[in-house]
Amino acid sequence: MARIEFQGVGHSYEPSPAAPEDYALQPSDLHWDDGGAYALLGPSGSGKTTLLNVISGLVRPSKGRILFDGSDVTGLSTAQRNIAQVFQFPVIYDTMTVFDNLAFPLRNRGVREPEVQTRVGKVAELLELTDDLKRRASGLAADAKQKISLGRGLVRSDVAAILFDEPLTVIDPHLKWLLRLKLKQIHQEFKLTLIYVTHDQAEALTFADRVVVLSEGRAVQVGSPTDLFERPAHTFVGHFIGSPGMNLLPCELDGDGVRIDGFSIPVAPARLERARGASGELILGIRPEFVRCQAHASADSLAAEVTAVEDLGNYKIATARLGRHLVKAKLKASASIAPGPGWLVFPPKWTLLYAGGSVLE
Amino acid sequence: MRKTLDNRAWFLVLPVFALVAFNAIIPLMTVVNYSVQDVFDATHRSFVGADWYRAMLRSSRLQNALGRQFLFSALVLLIELPLGVGIALVMPKKGGWATSLTMVLVALPLLIPWNVIGTIWVVFLRPDIGLLGHFIDHTLGIHFDYPTVPSQAWISVVLMEAWHWTPLVALLAYAGLRAIPDAYYQAARIDGASGWAVFRYIELPKMRGVLTIAVLLRFMDSFLIYTEPFVLTGGGPGDSTTFLSIYLVKLAIGEFDVGSAGAFSIIYFLIVLALSYVFYQALQRVGTGEAK
Repeated sequence: MARIEFQGVGHSYEPSPAAPEDYALQPSDLHWDDGGAYALLGPSGSGKTTLLNVISGLVRPSKGRILFDGSDVTGLSTAQRNIAQVFQFPVIYDTMTVFDNLAFPLRNRGVREPEVQTRVGKVAELLELTDDLKRRASGLAADAKQKISLGRGLVRSDVAAILFDEPLTVIDPHLKWLLRLKLKQIHQEFKLTLIYVTHDQAEALTFADRVVVLSEGRAVQVGSPTDLFERPAHTFVGHFIGSPGMNLLPCELDGDGVRIDGFSIPVAPARLERARGASGELILGIRPEFVRCQAHASADSLAAEVTAVEDLGNYKIATARLGRHLVKAKLKASASIAPGPGWLVFPPKWTLLYAGGSVLE
Repeated sequence: MRKTLDNRAWFLVLPVFALVAFNAIIPLMTVVNYSVQDVFDATHRSFVGADWYRAMLRSSRLQNALGRQFLFSALVLLIELPLGVGIALVMPKKGGWATSLTMVLVALPLLIPWNVIGTIWVVFLRPDIGLLGHFIDHTLGIHFDYPTVPSQAWISVVLMEAWHWTPLVALLAYAGLRAIPDAYYQAARIDGASGWAVFRYIELPKMRGVLTIAVLLRFMDSFLIYTEPFVLTGGGPGDSTTFLSIYLVKLAIGEFDVGSAGAFSIIYFLIVLALSYVFYQALQRVGTGEAK
């Protein structure tokens, strides 16, 4: 187990990267605390897998230093770093039994047979594979194979971190849930550092204590699921996380608030103060969960036109036209709202401002 | 649903039956026909039953040729499989001009007509003007005259065969290797596997399918080999490199003994069929531990 630290680590698949867009992973400082459960979340091509492979040592970064517990491991091989990794598609050794599969990393490291027996036995029990130990691994279902991949990491008592590269892609939905539960249980029991790559926000937010959101090779925010939801540090995070994503509306400063297509919206004074000094395009961001959409006017309400109401069973999504822009609001299932004239309220507490993509706090 | 019985349906299979009859059954039956008759000339023939078969099975010439054939095929498989896999392992892994060039170079012997292969080796092995023959005879100082020394004839034929067909095994094995996802190699590195363990537990099992095909193809082809040794040694010196097909041709065309040759052909055919089946079954079991 170890604390993992990046010092200016960046990677490019080009031989001599010059421009920032040559980098699959932009040079940056990041760290993962010992014993944390992390998720790396981002769309395809955002550099998640590159980042994971840089940690595990499968890819040697073009720039920067990687520290495990303060010591430099940049030049060390994967085996020397004591990292375990579970891949998107289950990797098992076809000709071996489940037992031999689990014992493989230990035997390769010259662990003595009695100890191999005890450790494999323990891990098999934890992963509920005990009954299959003598079976040939190739005949098992995808979820059992993925458990074997995980088990090959867990048998090594000294493993620094376990990395997961979208490990549940090929698993049936109802088993996904069970395996995720198993992972949480293992995390609590062993206090291992787990780093989990996914493009599925539900998976990331339920699994991880802290989520690293990646966009175009850059970590745009590192924070708890609540942080990502309530205070997206970047418009990308606001848009990418949440369903539907954050409402992002171009605006301009106006007295003690901002103005969108002639509508004045009050904003917290501290944010307004920051906005005065900031450069770049000014954008107002608010989660659909926090926008109030009502059928009658009240204090601070803005006249809008509700164009659609979707009833999704346990909640409703109202789409309203405010000037030239569309605003989505997530409402209770019991809310009585119909297409036609409506009024929107933007509570100042949840009304964030972004300049050049970054939040003003 | 109830099945409708209508015997006219058989007419629909008739075209296929006719096609198979003309390309397989009729030619084969001609051979069967010869094998159970004693043919004197175009009009005089008599039915002799299984006499030719009994005679052929007792024939020491056939038994010797069969023994040589087994030895030859065994040597061929023992040399070509490990060598082919070895070549595949050292071929460049990334795509690009180096890979293409290597593939073409490796595949070159496969593109040469078989009788030309024989001719190339006849020249190649001549002690006076052939590169290899001259090297062995003059540089190494070993008296080299394969047309008269049986052991040298054998080495020459096996060498030529390996040169000709190892590339096929290499290309098949290479295709098998390329189909292994990178994650397997990465997992092996993480698990601390040695190079040998990667080969033994990842590459070899994943190549099982293509190697099965390689064994079957190489066994059948080497068991049926005719052209190259015929050009190189003509089956000699004496009978020492007379394999089954060379003997068969001597019998059928040289001696015009069509009855014996017919019986021989059928026996030959059944041996190849049976052995291919055994190989296939055996290789299906290897690695899976059970029959599929």
